[in-house]
Amino acid sequence: MIFLELLWSFMQIGLFSVGGGMAAMPLIQNQVVTLHGWLTLTEFTDLITIAEMTPGPIAVNSATFVGMRIAGLPGALVATAGCILPSCIIVSLLAWLYFRYQNLSIIQGVLGGLRPAVVALIASAGVSILLLALWGEGGFTMNVQDINLIALGLFAAAFAVLRIWKPSPILVMTGCGVLGGILYTLAG
Amino acid sequence: MEKKKSWKVLLQLFVSTFYISAFTFGGGYVIIPLMKKKFADELHWIDDEEMLNLAAIAQSSPGAVAVNASILVGYRVAGVVGAAISILGTVLPPLIIISVISLFYTAFRTNAIVSAVLKGMQSGVAAVVADVVCNLGGKIVKDRDILSVLVMIVAFVANYILGVNVMLIILACGVIGAVRTLFVHGKKEGAK
Repeated sequence: MIFLELLWSFMQIGLFSVGGGMAAMPLIQNQVVTLHGWLTLTEFTDLITIAEMTPGPIAVNSATFVGMRIAGLPGALVATAGCILPSCIIVSLLAWLYFRYQNLSIIQGVLGGLRPAVVALIASAGVSILLLALWGEGGFTMNVQDINLIALGLFAAAFAVLRIWKPSPILVMTGCGVLGGILYTLAG
Repeated sequence: MEKKKSWKVLLQLFVSTFYISAFTFGGGYVIIPLMKKKFADELHWIDDEEMLNLAAIAQSSPGAVAVNASILVGYRVAGVVGAAISILGTVLPPLIIISVISLFYTAFRTNAIVSAVLKGMQSGVAAVVADVVCNLGGKIVKDRDILSVLVMIVAFVANYILGVNVMLIILACGVIGAVRTLFVHGKKEGAK
C-alpha cells in the first residue's frame, strides 16, 4: 500500500531529523532514493535545488514533491502529514510542559543560557545566506572582484531601510525580489 | 477572551503564519526573525525573550524548526486550536508551491526570470536576518551580562566556524544556564 509506505517513511524522517534544515537531507535521501527508489539521484538533486529556491522547510518540500510524483495530490498530503506528525505530538507535549513549568528558576536558568545561543545560531544562518548571496554557489573567496555587486547593493539598501523605517520584512523581501528580477535580467 | 475576538485572533494567526511561511526562504532559522517581527514587534502577542525561548525549544525538538516554532507560537496564542491553525498556515504554502512546481519542474528550474527574482530575494532575506540579529544581539550586549555575551560569541564560533553540531551547542548552553542558576541560588542561600 503506497500511502502507508509514504506515511511511514516520512514519519521516520520527521522523527529523526533533529536540528532541522540540512540535517534532514541524508535521512530523506536514504528513505526516498536508497530504500524505496521513489526518486533517482538526479531527481533528488533537483529536489534539493527546488527546495532551496522555494519557501518552506526542506522536509515538507521533499514530502510534497515525492508524494506528488508517486501518488499525486493525495500522496503529497499523506507524505506531508507523515512528516509533521512526530513534531505535532512531541512539540505539543513540550509546549504544555514549558507553559506549565516555565517559572521554575532552574528552567529559567536553562532558557537564559539558551537565548544567547539561539541568537548566535540565527546569526550563523544569516552569515551563510549573506555569503551565498554575495559570492554565489562557489562560496567565499578573498578576491573582492568576485563579489556580486547587485547582491551587495540590494543587501545594503534593504538593511538600511529596515534599520531606519522598520517596515514589514515581507515588503522588503518582495521589493528585493522585484528589483533583483529587473537588475539581474538587465545585467545578464 | 470573548468568542468573537478569539475568532479574529485565530484568523490573524492563520494569515500571519501563512504569510511568514510563504516567505521563509533558506529554511530553519530564517523563520525566527520573521516570527519575531510579526508576533513580537507588530502584534505584541509574545515578547522577545519568550520568542527566543520558543526558538530554543523548536530547535531541540525533532522535525522542521519552522513547523515546531509555529506549533509553539500557536499554542502560546490560542492553545491546542491555535497550534493546529498555525501548523496549517505553515504547511500550506510549501505544499501548494511544491505541488505546482513538481508538475513542471524542469521548466521552473531553468527559467531565468524566476532565478533572478529568487536571487534578489536572497539579499532581502539576508538583510532581514541581519536586522533581527542586531536587535536581539544588541539587547544581550546592552544587558552587560558577560556570561551571556560570551555564550553568544562562543556559540557562533562553534557553529559557524568550527561546524559543531547544533544539538551539542544547545545542550552545552542549557547546562551552562542550569549550573549558573544553581550557583547563584547557592550563593544566595549562603548569604542568608
